[in-house]
Amino acid sequence: MTNSKRATISFSIMALMLMIVGFGQSWNVALTIINLCLISAVMSMGLNMQWGYAGLFNAGVMASTAIGGLTAVLISYSPVTKAWSVGGTSLTATLISLLVTIIAGVLVWKKMPKGSKRSWSMTAVVLTGYGFMRFFYEQATSAIEAVDPAKTGFLGGLGLPILFSWLAGGVAAAGLAWLIGRIALGLRSDYFAIATLGISEIMISILKNEDWLSRGVKNVTGLERPVPYEVDLQQTEWFINMVHWIYGTAEDGSPASAAALREAMQLSAGVVVKLCYSALFIVVVLIILGLATRALNSPWGRMMRAIRDNETAASAMGKDIISRHRQVFIIGSAVIGISGAMLTTLDGQFTPGSYIPLRFTFLIWVMVIIGGSGNNLGAIIGAFITWFVWIEAEPASIWLVSNLDIFLAETSPLRLHLQEVAPHMRMILMGLILVLVLRFSPKGILPEKAPDHY
Amino acid sequence: MDYSTDLLNALVLITNYVLIPSISYGSQLALGAVGVTLVFGILRFANFAHGEMMAFGTMATIFITWWFQSMGVSMGVFPTALLALPFAILITTLLAVVIDRSIFSFYRTRKSPPVTFVVASVGVMFMLNGLVRILIGTDEIIFRDGQKFLIKAGAFKKMTGLSEGLALKQTQVLTFVLAVIAVMALFWFLQRTRTGKAMRAFSDNEDLALLSGINPERVVLVTWVIAASLATLAGVLYGLDKSFKPMVYFHLLLPIFAAAIVGGIGQPLGAILGGYVVAFSEITATYAFKKFIKYISHGDFAPEGLTQFLTTEYKFAVSFLILVLVLLVRPTGLLRGKVL
Repeated sequence: MTNSKRATISFSIMALMLMIVGFGQSWNVALTIINLCLISAVMSMGLNMQWGYAGLFNAGVMASTAIGGLTAVLISYSPVTKAWSVGGTSLTATLISLLVTIIAGVLVWKKMPKGSKRSWSMTAVVLTGYGFMRFFYEQATSAIEAVDPAKTGFLGGLGLPILFSWLAGGVAAAGLAWLIGRIALGLRSDYFAIATLGISEIMISILKNEDWLSRGVKNVTGLERPVPYEVDLQQTEWFINMVHWIYGTAEDGSPASAAALREAMQLSAGVVVKLCYSALFIVVVLIILGLATRALNSPWGRMMRAIRDNETAASAMGKDIISRHRQVFIIGSAVIGISGAMLTTLDGQFTPGSYIPLRFTFLIWVMVIIGGSGNNLGAIIGAFITWFVWIEAEPASIWLVSNLDIFLAETSPLRLHLQEVAPHMRMILMGLILVLVLRFSPKGILPEKAPDHY
Repeated sequence: MDYSTDLLNALVLITNYVLIPSISYGSQLALGAVGVTLVFGILRFANFAHGEMMAFGTMATIFITWWFQSMGVSMGVFPTALLALPFAILITTLLAVVIDRSIFSFYRTRKSPPVTFVVASVGVMFMLNGLVRILIGTDEIIFRDGQKFLIKAGAFKKMTGLSEGLALKQTQVLTFVLAVIAVMALFWFLQRTRTGKAMRAFSDNEDLALLSGINPERVVLVTWVIAASLATLAGVLYGLDKSFKPMVYFHLLLPIFAAAIVGGIGQPLGAILGGYVVAFSEITATYAFKKFIKYISHGDFAPEGLTQFLTTEYKFAVSFLILVLVLLVRPTGLLRGKVL
């Protein structure tokens, strides 16, 4: 079967499944799934660049997502002027002492002759710098966190439109990736995986604990929305007209009751808002898909695949492996950062506690592997399938358990326990799918296609 | 009060809050890291499912412990879990072998690149993660019974007349003793027995080992048996010392990997060393030295803050920083040389 045929079939099946959810459960649920599928598609396209194009085992996807989310807060939240005025000076002092320490450290390292004298001076510089930083930092944070802690207690953001943060999230994630790449690239693949896993965990603990920056586990809620609010929508004329036009007549032809209309109004408002998000997300997915496909088919993409397939040969041909890896690592992380900002925008809140590696790193891995590593459309279909299963596994297993009537009584402890733990079925299901795909169809649903001109 | 009492107080303080916890936590990490390092040395991949294997082994122990307790079987002052441990080890070993036969052996015969094994181990991680949560739930479980303390802080104060107390939990001593026994048995096995020597040979040079007639499947089987047993032991000791929570066991993966790499991956001795290095640094860096400084300076100097290098939430960061430092400065780990 050709790839395009496979793609058509798999996307049609996916659409059918979503339609079943739409008609069977509700369109609100179906659209919620679709929106998260689209965000996941961006994530898996980003990881696909790193793993599929270049063979980098990045186990720190979560770090990029989280910094994207943080950027959404820092861009869109209105600045807390009081926090700036009480803590701004000490925070600047902290930054200055950090800079001075770094400069002094570099100078000592470069200018002094190698030996124990240099080591001692280096230690002295770092410790003194750390002391100063700690002093100013504690002043700054305690002042900032004391400002109306129930509502703010952090510096706030820039007060810019949140859509702008999608771009900024990408840039921030790229910056972080550059830093991670400096440390970890050049290590062999499993060390690289462990190092990135570690960095992502540290990133999350920073977000959880640095209240002055991200409000920590107190979460930031009520972020601005790029789409209209349901309540406002229900006051808008065109929307009211539309609902009346669709639901105006009941089944028997008489005018619908006011209660039915009100219910229809609420439902449609939710659907319209979600559709607006979907439209925005589809635009992003299409742009990234277009660029990614172009890049993959360009000489650059061929070079990446050559490096992936045989590093020794590629470096013999004069390719700089580490700097190419750094490049693709940064680009991929930027794409994942964009998706992180999109996710925070959709949620309307930033909750550092919700970032766990299973959901934000390894699940994305499942998406890429089952979709077909090295194939961008594959990454998208993988994201759709994986997210669909991830969400629908719970209702499905609860439904299964509740249909155990024949075997288990209504009140049997085993049944109650099964109902309680049904959500964890999805973990087993995900692992099973990953292992089965890896074994029986290691190239995924849409395999990477070999270019024609080979 | 004279200065020598202050010094003694400072010493007791550090022993109580840094030394003893580091030794027991370090022993737990070391046991986990030895398992990771053995799998790495023989099968040549980083097993991401090791934390979940520890969780599974602990879960099995808890179930058997509950069963024993319901029958009224106990070990007096010792925790009942010790009685359940051998059975749990048997179950976990069986699980590890089944996983190897059904998942990993396929890639071994095809000589797949290590990264494929790692991805497969991520799949195993998901499955075990779900399995453990389905069987026992996600709540925190304390399954320690028997005598809790060997030395109580209050009794110690009364005995010595010092103002600082020293508490020694039975689980801490148990952890250390059992870890030493397990490690000694492992080294005896690797150095003295035929199978152990075969394992070392296999890890050193696979082709040469195969040529001299070593059965690779047997070596792999023994590796999984040891790794699963050590994982169960480590998990149970950690659970006895603190408590059992599936989420925590997943997070133990990072310090365990750090310990294995810091010591030099593929080297059991290095893994043990690494375990203690990581545990000691984590606890020292997050300990508040305020009281210690007060004692050591004879009360002349009392720092205003807690004098903590890092807040407790940054424990991960410490193990990771050590990991990065070692990878950058000495990529082979503290102990280099032959594997196993």
